[in-house]
Amino acid sequence: MNFDKELDARGLNCPLPILRSKKTLNEMTSGQVLKIIATDPGSVKDFAAFAKQTGNELLSSAEAGGEYTFFIKKK
Amino acid sequence: MDEKKLAIIATKGTLDWAYPPFILASTAAALGYETQIFFTFYGLQLVRKDLSGLKVSPIGNPGMPMKMPFGPKWFKDISWNIPNALQCIIPGYESVATGLMKQTIANNGVATIPELRELCQEAEVKFIACQMTVELFGFEHSDFIDGLEYGGAATFFEFAGESDICLFI
Repeated sequence: MNFDKELDARGLNCPLPILRSKKTLNEMTSGQVLKIIATDPGSVKDFAAFAKQTGNELLSSAEAGGEYTFFIKKK
Repeated sequence: MDEKKLAIIATKGTLDWAYPPFILASTAAALGYETQIFFTFYGLQLVRKDLSGLKVSPIGNPGMPMKMPFGPKWFKDISWNIPNALQCIIPGYESVATGLMKQTIANNGVATIPELRELCQEAEVKFIACQMTVELFGFEHSDFIDGLEYGGAATFFEFAGESDICLFI
């Protein structure tokens, strides 16, 4: 999937992946896509909840080998 | 814009209890909530310039797992059930426990309290210190970080009364 920016949130625990993502999204423009890689298993539910509450669209959420990858499109 | 509002009262002054208010406030701010924390009684410790006094005590806290943050796995897995009576007579016990807790926090990629507090401030979470307890405990305004407002219960209710979520921590 194409993306405009990437955030490495590996090794970070709640709530840092969400806070860093929010900060990065603030620097982006509407319609741009942010890719996030995390290792916190709680981030799967957290990113879904973050997207739902902020209106930024969660394009995909996937897990492979203990790493979680999310694509979020800025509102 | 109908922004949601979160009001928190932070009343605890230990390292472990410093986490809930700052985690919830910073996350709420990231979700678009207008957020305010009212620091009162021991919660004032969380807005001091110097946070090195924040400690965690296993004494009288049977819920706290006592495990070592270093060494081989079998060693880390040991749960050190030290009797309270013994914990009380060891000098510096709380400082050692706090050091071990900070190491565990770092090992787990959990943010530090200064980091979370800064993230709250960056996200424009409003901090209010209870003026009455500032005086009661003999603090000076210079003991606290910049950007802090001082007020009383009525100040808190001005915002809390309009809030969607209100938490006492």
